[in-house]
Amino acid sequence: MGRVVIDVMPKPEILDPQGKAVVGALARLGFSEFDGARQGKRFELEVEGEVDQAVLDRAREAAVTLLSNPVIEDVVAVRAASNQE
Amino acid sequence: MRIGVVTFPGTLDDRDALRAIRIAGGTPVSLWHGDDDIQGVDAVVLPGGFSYGDYLRCGAIARFAPVMNTIAKLAGPPDQVAPGLPVLGICNGFQVLTESHLLPGALVRNEKQQFVCRDQKLRIERTSTSWTNAYSQNDEIVVPLKNGEGGFVADEPTLDRLEGEGRVVARYLEGNPNGSYRDIAGISNASGTVVGLMPHPEHATEALYGPEGTDGCDGLPFFTSALQGVLSA
Repeated sequence: MGRVVIDVMPKPEILDPQGKAVVGALARLGFSEFDGARQGKRFELEVEGEVDQAVLDRAREAAVTLLSNPVIEDVVAVRAASNQE
Repeated sequence: MRIGVVTFPGTLDDRDALRAIRIAGGTPVSLWHGDDDIQGVDAVVLPGGFSYGDYLRCGAIARFAPVMNTIAKLAGPPDQVAPGLPVLGICNGFQVLTESHLLPGALVRNEKQQFVCRDQKLRIERTSTSWTNAYSQNDEIVVPLKNGEGGFVADEPTLDRLEGEGRVVARYLEGNPNGSYRDIAGISNASGTVVGLMPHPEHATEALYGPEGTDGCDGLPFFTSALQGVLSA
């Protein structure tokens, strides 16, 4: 069984309130070296058989059709999961 | 005049929308998300709630519901000048309209990350729509607002175009509840048939039930507009 990992992040110019909350909490806990945080989403799609280029292409299509909203989010990675993941 | 109200799994405000239509003098028709038939209604309301639990993103899954395929086809693309099917999206319905690309922009989590529930003052800035023609330009109204992801965002050129073409339907007054760019509470498509609005006019259509300090009916003209607007179109 193969697995495709898709990472979706809020666009840089869009305010990310979750990331803002995270960086504020980090500072309160003493992790003051981190000046910013942005929070995204990771999807894992499973397929029977190998993850080849055709599967990755379909996964990208799914990512831009449903998994992300291009107005506010970027699909930053579509890749086959490694065995360790 | 028959106006449909779509119920998705997770919709909460469909009953209020149906009642608002009845109070306005229209005939409310319940529509089901799984049907692609909209029963020949003259206009459609996408009510508030949490369609499909709002898993993934608000409105993202509802966009692909069979009923939305039909509605999107009849409503036409956002820049189409010829009037299509009048559609009012309230709150979650607004989110469904942007996810469906029937309106530009997107709705994101409130700036302060808190769910906001309050009576909200608005200014009606576009009255040449199917849903606001019973108001006068710059009317100030108070209707309930309740959302967690009500921040309207779009890129600068899109915002400039919406402003330039007079497609900002309503703007927040006396405080922006959710960080919406340029205090935008509602927008329309080019023809004025499709309107998305974050606050809830359907909760202010009966005397004594609407916000305090008003006659409680500030939201009713949204629904009486639809009756006039469809006839004159």
